[in-house]
Amino acid sequence: MKRRAVMKYAAVAAALSFGLTACSGSGSDDAKESGVVRVTLANHVWTEGIKSAIPEFEQSSGLKVELTQLGEDQLSDQYNVKLNAGSDEIDVMMYRPLQEGKAFAKNGYLADLTEKVSSDSGWDWKDYQEGPVKATTADGKVVGVPIITEREVLYYRKDLLKAAGLEVPKTMEELEAAAKAIKESTPDTAGFVARTGKSTAVTQFSSFLYSFGGDFTDSSGKSAVNSDAAKKAYAYYGGLIKNYGPANVSTDMSWPEAMAIFTQGKAAFYTEADSLYKNATDPAKSKVADSVGFAPLPAGPAGSKPYNIPSWGLAVNEASSNQDNAWKFIQWATSKERTLAAQKAGVPGPRASVWSNPEGTSTYPKDLADAIAVSAENGVGHDRPEVVTVGKAREIVGEPIVASITGADASAAADSAHDAFQKFLDSEKQ
Amino acid sequence: MSVTNAPRSAPARSAGRPPSFAGNVSAWSNRHRKWLFAAPAMIFVGILIVFPLVWTLYLSLTDSQGSVRAATEFIGFQNYLAVLTDTERFWPAVGRTLTFTGVALVCEVVLGMGIALLLWRPFRGEKWVRVAILLPLVATPVAVGMMWRLIFDPNIGFANQLLGMVGIPPQPWLSGQDTALGTTIFMDVWQWTPMVVLILLAGLTSLSDEPDEAARVDGANAFQRFFYITLPLMMPTVIVAILLRGIDALKTFDILYATKGKGGGSFNEVETLNVYAYGLSFDYNQYGLSSAVLILFFMIIIGSMWLLTMRKKAVSK
Repeated sequence: MKRRAVMKYAAVAAALSFGLTACSGSGSDDAKESGVVRVTLANHVWTEGIKSAIPEFEQSSGLKVELTQLGEDQLSDQYNVKLNAGSDEIDVMMYRPLQEGKAFAKNGYLADLTEKVSSDSGWDWKDYQEGPVKATTADGKVVGVPIITEREVLYYRKDLLKAAGLEVPKTMEELEAAAKAIKESTPDTAGFVARTGKSTAVTQFSSFLYSFGGDFTDSSGKSAVNSDAAKKAYAYYGGLIKNYGPANVSTDMSWPEAMAIFTQGKAAFYTEADSLYKNATDPAKSKVADSVGFAPLPAGPAGSKPYNIPSWGLAVNEASSNQDNAWKFIQWATSKERTLAAQKAGVPGPRASVWSNPEGTSTYPKDLADAIAVSAENGVGHDRPEVVTVGKAREIVGEPIVASITGADASAAADSAHDAFQKFLDSEKQ
Repeated sequence: MSVTNAPRSAPARSAGRPPSFAGNVSAWSNRHRKWLFAAPAMIFVGILIVFPLVWTLYLSLTDSQGSVRAATEFIGFQNYLAVLTDTERFWPAVGRTLTFTGVALVCEVVLGMGIALLLWRPFRGEKWVRVAILLPLVATPVAVGMMWRLIFDPNIGFANQLLGMVGIPPQPWLSGQDTALGTTIFMDVWQWTPMVVLILLAGLTSLSDEPDEAARVDGANAFQRFFYITLPLMMPTVIVAILLRGIDALKTFDILYATKGKGGGSFNEVETLNVYAYGLSFDYNQYGLSSAVLILFFMIIIGSMWLLTMRKKAVSK
C-alpha cells in the first residue's frame, strides 16, 4: 500500500522529469522511419471529419497516420507530460492558441513553420484571416495553423419566443426582459442558461465584458477587472443565471452541461460558441432541433462585441524528428478543400476564401450564417486573458462570475479579483 | 523480506587447479545469493520509487515552473514557506483531506463491520448477497464518479426525482458549496465499504468459536458478546482495514476529479491535497510548489501510517 501511494506521485514526477510516462507509450521507433506521422487531436466535430478522410491522405502521400484522440483536459495533461519530457512521440498536435499558445511558444515546444507556410502558394497562407494568424504567431514566427474559429452567438428557442409574443432581443436589456418573461410564464423552463464554472465561463463571459465596454486588462497591460464596466458585466451575467437560470443551478457547468439543459428544452436563451451549433440542431443530440434560432450577441452599452477567435490550431512538435511529414499532414488537413468540407460539416474555419464562397455557408441555418457574418465584423480577437499561465488567470478573473451567480456581492468580488489578477500579472512579468 | 543466511560453504575445488572463470562467477553468486535474488525487485523499486521521490524533493527546493526543462534556481525552503503560509488553498485542502478521510473511514468501518457480521453466519443465498455487495468494488472509480454525477444532477438527475416522489425538495448535491464534499464522501463509502467488509469477514471467519460459546453459556447477550469478545479479538484486523483504506482515502483523486473537475469545483469545494497538487502541476505549471505540496502530503501519509502501525502493535500484544 505504502508502495502504491508513493508510486502514484512517483509516476507523475518521473513522467515530468524523465519522460517515463506512467504507462509508457508506444515506445516504438516508427518515428525514425519516415513513413509514419503521429497525430494527436482533440474530440471535436472537426476531428471526426478529418478522421474519415485520413485514408485519402494515406493513399495520396504514402504515409501512415497514427491517430490519438483525447478529451480537452486529457489532451492538455498529455501535452504537459510529453512535451515537458521532450518526447518525440508526437509529430502533429492540435492545440488551443489562446490557452496554451503562449506557454508552449515560450517553452520552445512549437516548431517554427514560417518558411513552410509561405512555401506553397497553392495552399495559400495569405488566405487566412488576420485575427487567427495573429494568435498562432509568436515573436514574429508562425508556430501553428488555425483550423477552427468561433464567435459567441445567441441560441434561442423560436417556439417559446413566439408563444410569449417576444421579439429576438437586440440589446442586453431586451435579453433580460425576455428571459424574465419566459421564466415567469413557464416556471419549469429557464429564461437563460450559460456556462457557470469558474474557469470555463470566462470565455463566454468575455463577450459580455466587451459589450459593456470592459476588458480583462487595460491598454497598459494592467488588470481592469474592477472597472465599472467590468463590474456591471459581472453583475449582469451572474444575475441572468441567478434570477432567470435553471433552478438549483450548478456552478461547475461547462458547455456540455449548459448545452444539455438547452437541448433538453429546459431553457429559452443560451449564449455559446457558434462552432458548437450542431449539438443544438442535430435531432440525434437535441430534443429541440427544429425550433432553435440564432442571433448575434445582444448589444450592451458599448455595442455588440462578441469574441471572434481561433479556438484550435495545428502545430508541429519541436522535438519531433519527423517534422517534414508532420507538415505534409497539416498542409493536407488545412487545404482549401478540407477547410470547405469541414465548414460544410458545421465547423467554422479561418479561411477568407471559404467564407466568401457561397458553398461555405450553404449548410448553415441562415440566421446563424448572418449572425456569424455580423460577429466577424465587430468581434474581439481574444476571449480570455492573454497571458502565459492562462489556467490560473481564468480562475482569478472567473471568481466574480460565480460570486455573482450565487448572489454574493459581484462588485466586492471584482475588487478582490482585481488585486489577485494584478499580482498575477506582475509575477508573470518577472 | 527475510532471507535466512545459509552457512557459506566454499565451493568445492579440485585440489591444485586454479578456479575457472565460471567457477568464480558461481562462487561469487553463491556468496551473494540473497542480494542477487532481490536485485531485480530492488532495481525496480529504485527506478520507480526512490528516484522520483528524490527528484520531487529536489524540484520542491527549486523555482521550477512553466517547463521542467527550463532553467531553475535553487531557492531552499521558500516553496515550503509559501505553501505552509497559504491559508487560501493549502490549509483548507489539508482540512478537506482529513475530513474526507476521517468521515469516510468511520462510515466504512462501522458499515463494513455491520455487513460483515450479517454475512458471518452461513445462510441461504449468501453467495448472491456476497456478489451483490462486492459489485461496487469492481467498478472503475472514474466511471463511478460519472455515474453518480448523472444521478445527482440537480435538474435532470434521478436522485432529486426520487426525493420529489416522497415530497422532499430537490437538493443541490454535488453542485452545492456545502453539500459537495459530503456527496463525494457518500460515493467513496458506497464504493469502498465492500473492501472493508472483505477484510473484516476474513478476520471474523478466522476467529475461534470457543470464547463466544463460553460467553453464551454464561448468559451474555449479543451486544455483550460483540463488544467484550468479538470486537477486542478483531481489533488487529480492524486496524489493518483502517490502515489500508485510510491510506487510499487520503489520496483519493479519481472520484473527486471525475465529479468536480480541476480545482475541485468553482469554490474548490472538494479540493483535497491531491487535487490541489495536481492542479498546481498540470494547470498552473508550478512544479516547484506542487512538489513541495506533494512532499508535505507524503509526510502526512507516512506519519498517519506510522501512528496506526504503532497502534496495531500495541493491540496485537
